[in-house]
Amino acid sequence: MLNFIQQLGQSGISFFERLGRAHILFAQIVAGVPSMLTRFQLVIQQMYSVGVLSLLIILVSGLFVGMVLGLQGYNTLVDFGAEEALGVMVSLSLVRELGPVVAALLFAGRAGSALTAEIGLMKATEQLSAMEMMAIDPIGRVLTPRFLAGFISMPLLAALFSAVGVMGGAFVGSGLLGVDEGAYWSQMQASVDLYDDILNGVIKSIVFGVVVTWIALFEGYDAIPTSEGVSRATTRTVVHSSLAILGLDFILTAIMF
Amino acid sequence: MTDTSTTSPLVEIRNLSFARGNRMIFDGIDMDIERGKVTAIMGPSGTGKTTLLRLIGGQISPLTGTIKVDGIEVTKLNRSALFQLRKRMGMLFQNGALLTDMNVYDNIAFPIREHTQLSENMIRTLVTMKLEVVGLRGARDLMPSELSGGMARRVAMARAIALDPMMMMYDEPFTGQDPISMGVLVRLIRELNDALDLSSIVVSHDIEEASSIADTIFLLSGGKVVAQGSAEALRESGSEWAQQFMNGLPDGPVPFHYPAIDYAEDLLSAGNK
Repeated sequence: MLNFIQQLGQSGISFFERLGRAHILFAQIVAGVPSMLTRFQLVIQQMYSVGVLSLLIILVSGLFVGMVLGLQGYNTLVDFGAEEALGVMVSLSLVRELGPVVAALLFAGRAGSALTAEIGLMKATEQLSAMEMMAIDPIGRVLTPRFLAGFISMPLLAALFSAVGVMGGAFVGSGLLGVDEGAYWSQMQASVDLYDDILNGVIKSIVFGVVVTWIALFEGYDAIPTSEGVSRATTRTVVHSSLAILGLDFILTAIMF
Repeated sequence: MTDTSTTSPLVEIRNLSFARGNRMIFDGIDMDIERGKVTAIMGPSGTGKTTLLRLIGGQISPLTGTIKVDGIEVTKLNRSALFQLRKRMGMLFQNGALLTDMNVYDNIAFPIREHTQLSENMIRTLVTMKLEVVGLRGARDLMPSELSGGMARRVAMARAIALDPMMMMYDEPFTGQDPISMGVLVRLIRELNDALDLSSIVVSHDIEEASSIADTIFLLSGGKVVAQGSAEALRESGSEWAQQFMNGLPDGPVPFHYPAIDYAEDLLSAGNK
């Protein structure tokens, strides 16, 4: 019993220790942002591996999610003779919820895990120590550009996800199931609000981008520098990011809508 | 530079203690590392040789004691002063620690680009000179994954001398090398030291190689400096310690057995389970 309490205390302490380290690292990463603005080509390089290389999975998933929404939405709406509202349903679901959330989940799996593995292996192969010994701060030089790249790429990826999804919905709805094309697009334009819907979706995706990239970088930087340690850190990145995205989505939705 | 700074030891370690958990790695050691010399730090695996380099480089802090590098107390420096000092130190990590997302050229140019505003032309000249020194001018465009272990270490050496440091630290430079690249590394360490007027610290347990280039050897064990002097002096010394290490004897002051409970008792207790 005493042992159990001791273990409980121990894991509680180590949880808060890690949380503290994560926040300190976040502050250090953010402190490096101003100097990175003058060396933006480093961020652009990272945007390629974090953002551009995630495009395929984001676009393909967006298309299929949109198509499924079109299909399901049509089946529900047609019973009420309201299939013209399909465009509204598809676009609102995507812009408000599915775009930011699913894109962020995919981003965590594709780019987040890659970031953790990369940083963890850099640590394991002493590349970060070598930088320290060359009097170069690895947080400012390695982590900050990756953080900025995630921060910038995530909303763009989510926007593309939603855009492609809306087109997928249109393809299924009006292309295959015969919903009037004019009604699909005009009802969407009339009902989707730039601030209430689109801007809030963008804010969500920015928050998810910050959180996922932060978790990924911290897990990599804090990983035990062995192959087992890096593999566990990569798993933790995907699990923790996914939970954080879903939890934060609920909170943000409750505040916004 | 004053007279005292050129004649005083480059690295002065006094009463240094360091512990990892409950295990004492260093227990009040004193050490002077001379300028312009190659100093080898040797000892069995796990005696904290690499830890000593990290302490000198200020990557970790000691429990007690002082470490002075070129008269500057490393343990008391803030981060920016420590970085200033590190610009004058070069370190070769065990496996080179090259940045794997850059080719050989960019790896060597990396510290120059980070710390100076030199033109690309000037950087190219500097990098070419450093590559020529280590004999890898032709490997300029290769990626680290395309290099052999020995070549990777030579590239890392070129990177470490990119900013013309005053001292070089080598962490196990000979481990896992074939005889030819071992010979190349041994020669390079000595030549770089003499040609660039460096001071070198080589951490190693390869007795032959290290003693062939070292002017002074420190033997570490059990958290203490157990012997010091030139290779000949150590071989001929009466210290059982030095004898065991220099001749590679399996048993002696460094016991063959890891500390354990009595053997018979251990066997019996297994039977009782």
